[in-house]
Amino acid sequence: MIRPARNHPGYWAFLLHRLTGLTLVLFLPAHFLVLGLALDAAALDGAIAWTARPLVKFGEWGIVVLLAAHMTGGVRLLMLELLPWSERQKTRIAVSLGLAAMFGVAFALGLV
Amino acid sequence: MSPDAGIEVRIWRGGAQGRYETFRAPRRENQTVLDIVTWIQREADPTLAYRFACRVGVCGSCAMTVNGKPRWTCRTHVSKVASGGRLTIAPLRNLTVIKDLACEMTPFFEKWRRARGRFEAAISRDDPLVPVSPESPERRAADAAIECINCAVCHAACDVVAWRGDYLGPAALNRAWAAWNDVRDGDRTAVLAAAGAEAGCGNCHSHQSCAEHCPVGINPTRSIAGLKRAGLAALLRGAL
Ligand code: HEM
Ligand code: SF4
Ligand code: SF4
Ligand code: FES
Repeated sequence: MIRPARNHPGYWAFLLHRLTGLTLVLFLPAHFLVLGLALDAAALDGAIAWTARPLVKFGEWGIVVLLAAHMTGGVRLLMLELLPWSERQKTRIAVSLGLAAMFGVAFALGLV
Repeated sequence: MSPDAGIEVRIWRGGAQGRYETFRAPRRENQTVLDIVTWIQREADPTLAYRFACRVGVCGSCAMTVNGKPRWTCRTHVSKVASGGRLTIAPLRNLTVIKDLACEMTPFFEKWRRARGRFEAAISRDDPLVPVSPESPERRAADAAIECINCAVCHAACDVVAWRGDYLGPAALNRAWAAWNDVRDGDRTAVLAAAGAEAGCGNCHSHQSCAEHCPVGINPTRSIAGLKRAGLAALLRGAL
């Protein structure tokens, strides 16, 4: 359970940003490893066949959503720190989440 | 809750190693959490240690953790915070407990010094006064930061202070922001240098827990973001 003093949008956004950031750190090396397989056509084919599995497809979508959430949240933080102050920080948290969700839906529908 | 039903109050006893002790206190109309603590000390256990002075939200000495949140107890109504008719009162987080509800405040105020949160005059008392327009952006920024009552509620709410104890923290950095915006100051760059040093404003992760809990509505996150921007600008200008 989130402690009472931490139960507010700014802290939820921070938690999401840290969790997505750490997940990306774990995922990216694996991603580059697979890209590296492109040097060997047979191995790449094998890897691509593996990514066609439904569960892997779903995982891939999850990673894209995490990256989208980390990116929109990161842009929000950079705006908070670098632009003149706005009192709409909670609105911005909602907007960054909304954009990430839209990106997730678009990716699932094969639009991007 | 009817005023005479009474209320169960768990209060932290001892120092860092301690335990909660349960009391029962009468409920009254318009009762504050500080009223409850005072009743317990006067009527139930005179050895209970706690701090207060003004009782009207000015001095900043009565802050405690009430049902998990840091609050100014003299302006916190029991009816607003007693969940399920119970109160749990603990000392502030991120400070060393001396006894019961009283914390050692020295490190908190040390941080104000380290952040260079004081005025350094450029001229003497014999010189004419320097006019500062109330409309100027600097004066407005200082206005938004200046009503701090030094209660340490934000310092208790901040997780970065919990992670690294030497982090200057929201209150001292908010004070530094007010000092940086004082155009009469003789060496404003020194404020940026002190506030931006190791363990300074660069450590803030913009959780906004400080702003969420400050009882007088100050937003230290805004002040710290201002310090980050001013520090970055000074760095790019080669002034820092
Ligand atoms: C897509 C563009 C990206 C943007 C705009 C971005 C932005 C940011 C920002 C502003 C922070 C600081 C957060 C804070 O102060 O608490 C941050 C932290 C972090 N980022 Fe990113 N980032 C991006 C991509 C990535 C990628 C690809 C990874 C993984 C390799 C990553 C991993 C992390 C980690 C681990 C943190 C630390 C989290 C924390 O301190 O809580 N980021 N990011
Ligand atoms: S915004 Fe910065 S100073 Fe305020 S609670 Fe968060 S980390 Fe601490
Ligand atoms: S900024 Fe607010 S919470 Fe922090 S010490 Fe000042 S009055 Fe208290
Ligand atoms: S007793 Fe002075 S602020 Fe609460």
